[in-house]
Amino acid sequence: MTRISGGLIDRDAVLRFTFDGRAMEGARGDTLASALLANGVQLVGRSFKYHRPRGIFTAGSEEPNALITIGTGAAQTPNTRATMVELSDGLTAFSQNHIGGLTRDVMAVNDVLSPFLAAGFYYKTFMWPRAFWERLYEPIIRRAAGLGRLSMEADPGVYDEGYLHPDVLIVGAGGAGLMAALICGAAGLNVVLADEDMRAGGRLLAEREVLNGAPAPEWIDTVIAQLRQMGNVRIMPRTTVFGVYDHGVFGAVERHADGPVRQTLWRITAARTIVAAGAIERHIPFENNDRPGIMLSGAMRAYANRWAVTAQRNADDPIAIFTSTDDGHRTARDLIAAGVPLAGVIDTRADVPLSPDYPVFRGATVAGSKGRKGLRAIRVEGDGPARWITAGALGVTGGWNPNIALLTQRGAAPTWSEAHRAFLPTIGAGDAMMAAGAARGCGDSAMAAIADGAMIARDVVVALGKSAPDIPLPEAEAVGADRPAGDIWHVPSKRRAWVDFQNDVTVKDIALSHRENMRSVEHLKRWTTLGMATDQGKTANVTALALMAELTGKPIPETGTTRFRPPYTPVSLGVLGGGDTGAHFRPRRLTPTDAWARKQGAVFTEVGPWMRAQYFPRTGEDHWRQTVDREAMAVRSDVGICDVSTLGKIDVQGPDAAVFLDRIYAGLMSTLAVGKVRYGLMLREDGFAYDDGTCARMGDAHFVVSTTTAQAGLVFQRMEFARQCLWPDLDVSLMSVTDAWAQIAVAGPKSRVLLSRVVDDFDLGNAAFPFMACAALTVCGGLAARLFRISFSGELAYELAVPARYGNALMERLMTLGADLNVTPYGTEALGVLRIEKGHAAGNELNGQTTAQMLGLGRMVSGKKDAIGAVMSRREGLANDPRRLIGLMPIEAEGTMVAGAHLFTPDAPRNLGHDRGWVTSACYSPHMGRSIALAYLADPVEGETVIAANPIEGGELTCRVVSPHFVDPEGGRLRD
Amino acid sequence: MLIPHPLLGPRDASEFTYLGDASLMNRPDGMADGAEAAFCEYVFLRDNPAGVHRELWFHEHGDRSWLIVTRNTLTHEVLGAELAHKGGQA
Repeated sequence: MTRISGGLIDRDAVLRFTFDGRAMEGARGDTLASALLANGVQLVGRSFKYHRPRGIFTAGSEEPNALITIGTGAAQTPNTRATMVELSDGLTAFSQNHIGGLTRDVMAVNDVLSPFLAAGFYYKTFMWPRAFWERLYEPIIRRAAGLGRLSMEADPGVYDEGYLHPDVLIVGAGGAGLMAALICGAAGLNVVLADEDMRAGGRLLAEREVLNGAPAPEWIDTVIAQLRQMGNVRIMPRTTVFGVYDHGVFGAVERHADGPVRQTLWRITAARTIVAAGAIERHIPFENNDRPGIMLSGAMRAYANRWAVTAQRNADDPIAIFTSTDDGHRTARDLIAAGVPLAGVIDTRADVPLSPDYPVFRGATVAGSKGRKGLRAIRVEGDGPARWITAGALGVTGGWNPNIALLTQRGAAPTWSEAHRAFLPTIGAGDAMMAAGAARGCGDSAMAAIADGAMIARDVVVALGKSAPDIPLPEAEAVGADRPAGDIWHVPSKRRAWVDFQNDVTVKDIALSHRENMRSVEHLKRWTTLGMATDQGKTANVTALALMAELTGKPIPETGTTRFRPPYTPVSLGVLGGGDTGAHFRPRRLTPTDAWARKQGAVFTEVGPWMRAQYFPRTGEDHWRQTVDREAMAVRSDVGICDVSTLGKIDVQGPDAAVFLDRIYAGLMSTLAVGKVRYGLMLREDGFAYDDGTCARMGDAHFVVSTTTAQAGLVFQRMEFARQCLWPDLDVSLMSVTDAWAQIAVAGPKSRVLLSRVVDDFDLGNAAFPFMACAALTVCGGLAARLFRISFSGELAYELAVPARYGNALMERLMTLGADLNVTPYGTEALGVLRIEKGHAAGNELNGQTTAQMLGLGRMVSGKKDAIGAVMSRREGLANDPRRLIGLMPIEAEGTMVAGAHLFTPDAPRNLGHDRGWVTSACYSPHMGRSIALAYLADPVEGETVIAANPIEGGELTCRVVSPHFVDPEGGRLRD
Repeated sequence: MLIPHPLLGPRDASEFTYLGDASLMNRPDGMADGAEAAFCEYVFLRDNPAGVHRELWFHEHGDRSWLIVTRNTLTHEVLGAELAHKGGQA
């Protein structure tokens, strides 16, 4: 145990957890990383390529090493960073990327093979034989190089999504962010203050700062309490703003500590944003600098001050610090104050003063380390003879890089500052996204960051038209300026020194890449994979750039720059789905008669978003075909009823409605008499058939257009395009009324009798209400309705529409009143059989590749007027298309037609050149007592024999070409 | 991405569907001489500028208005949006 005194943890709240099956304890306030350190665990994982033992390197989201799998079974989550996992009671954690145990990983052989695995190794080796790459080399490399594994089960986590529209989004709740929130909030602006940590405070939590005469956490608590009281500031801990998108839209993930929802995806649209994301420390690569126990000096300080843990395995192992700045001494002072034994501070600068409290090795470097599974000793060089010094942990710092990730995601290159030895964000005057505090290089002290947050916030308040409130800054002791940093980026070595820990990229790899002529930083990245791991090289990129500058002899800004892409840290696919999975993938639309159909025991099918009754099985029917045959036959002999409400209905009204529809439809609609319905075909502007349906003229300036179910939305959109963009001068308005009306098809020889029992005083006689008539009427004693005498089945048929809320009751009434007529509900399956028997085109025939000519409707395209698609439909290729819609019947009665089969002349070769067409729809026809089909066939001759070849399943069927109207070709029945 | 709807203010792009170049509003007269050639151009040929582009967006999950949105395809900056039925020639 390496727990020390102090810290911001609740020692009374003991949390039990396991790591690789070992039972351990931590405290509320711990992260998994701090709890592991408290239990003396240094080795937490294996590296990606070489399977090197690795330990915790940072105390934040920039962690490259400590990737951990949390949980088991379906809830198992790989690749979480131990530094960001909030410890909870019962947590189960597992190390990753090893075969045969973390301490005895057999894949560690890769480390010995490292000369063969240098930069670009997969481009150079494994190239021959070529076919082996995909089947052999790649699977082996992928298995050996690795991250955690997925459970391969469905994620049981519940996810949510939400939208926020603050005036100001503040990213980061450290000193700068808190002060900015205080000012923006007091100015009356709506503020979202997001921080990825479970606790607000940022770096202030990790330091021993005194503000207003008390430890900084007291100031943080006071500010948070003030912000809560304002009511216009939303404080969002555990919320990572991961991406910046166009026009001030940000993506954020909130991880919920408790409750049913695991994570929420937020889309935040903000007028202004202040990125106060702090800074990320960088290290100094030296030989074997990747051993467990070696971590960033600032992280070491954070663990000591916030979590009261140190990084050695045993509390009496001494700790060493390797630094090129004064920051390393700060860690040393804090550790001494906590009573931690210190081996000393190795400072690269020769001109720093000695300390009375700990040894200072001036002008020295750490040039090597020992301890395979945990640090045992470091080699100090440069200030006299090289020597080994015992150390159980080592803190390293080479300075701090402003956290510019979000600030560069939109493409703005950062600016190199020689004074900071770092890239600073490039912010233009009037930019909606600002940086504050350490994120823009103003983080030398807590007060510097807080004051900068205040200044930037005032600018933002003024930019948003408010006056900046006068809020005093907290008081703090003045601190002297730091001495200049040492000019060092790495400690040269003949052996390996790691730059990017997560992708196992070393200084040698960068040098090799340079020798192999990778001149641009982008090439360096791809060749070595530096910065391309899940941490995007947060602790590595700037150092790598400096190394490259050293190799090329050019200054850093001329060498290149570093930019980041969304997401800032990895985001689970589950939360990106935001809960839109399974049944919630899209809204499910139910028909008006859904409740009735369910009571009938209907089998349902998805038609686009709709759930439609497919068929209504009865007791004793053990195959769907029995049911469908019965339903179809009932329509032919008696009467059937079917909910057809899903067909699109568009109300077209206005003095120019008729002119407008003439331009929408291929045929003429203006000549349609009031009280009549006409079949209409719509074309695409390129001349192909688009959609079909009926057009009913309810009044002189009032039409009701029907569309197919699938295209209802698109047809409406297209008609609105025509109205608003093509002919805005026409006085016409459109309204989608699909959901307003329940429409029930009543089809069959007894349909008139059945309908006569529901209509109020309305003459259904053939003379008064003939085929293709329509009327507004009342039914069932005063219910407003519309009646259309149209037929999809070829029988005497009607469609009756009533306001949607009466649809279910009407269906029940028709069933009751028609019991003696054998009234039979039928579903989409029988509907399909009936229309194939009658030769009516549907989606299979109107698939976007077919024309009015092919449908046999060429003459419908009026030459007397302009309409969408009319001109292009007369193109030579379209107008002369020899294919026509025909019917097919197998010569042998028991043969089964298959939709999708291609048609050939019997003696022709079965190839594309001799392909004469294809089968569009096929079914068993109970009326014909055999399988039938609709097809497109080039130059068809009625009665000829063709071969339907099934290219998928094989097999051929000899068929006869017949009229597509298998039922009542003269159309006498529907006019009866 | 936000679209500044002239009536409804800034709206999220997910409320809209995209059609394409605003030249689709300049539909040729189908009854004029040479209509077929004019329609071939209208249907199949579009400019695809790298830079400022006028394009048609439909506020499908909103007020159903068609908008002409002026957008810089290089920077994604939206320079303006107007109601198509008042937009005239594009």
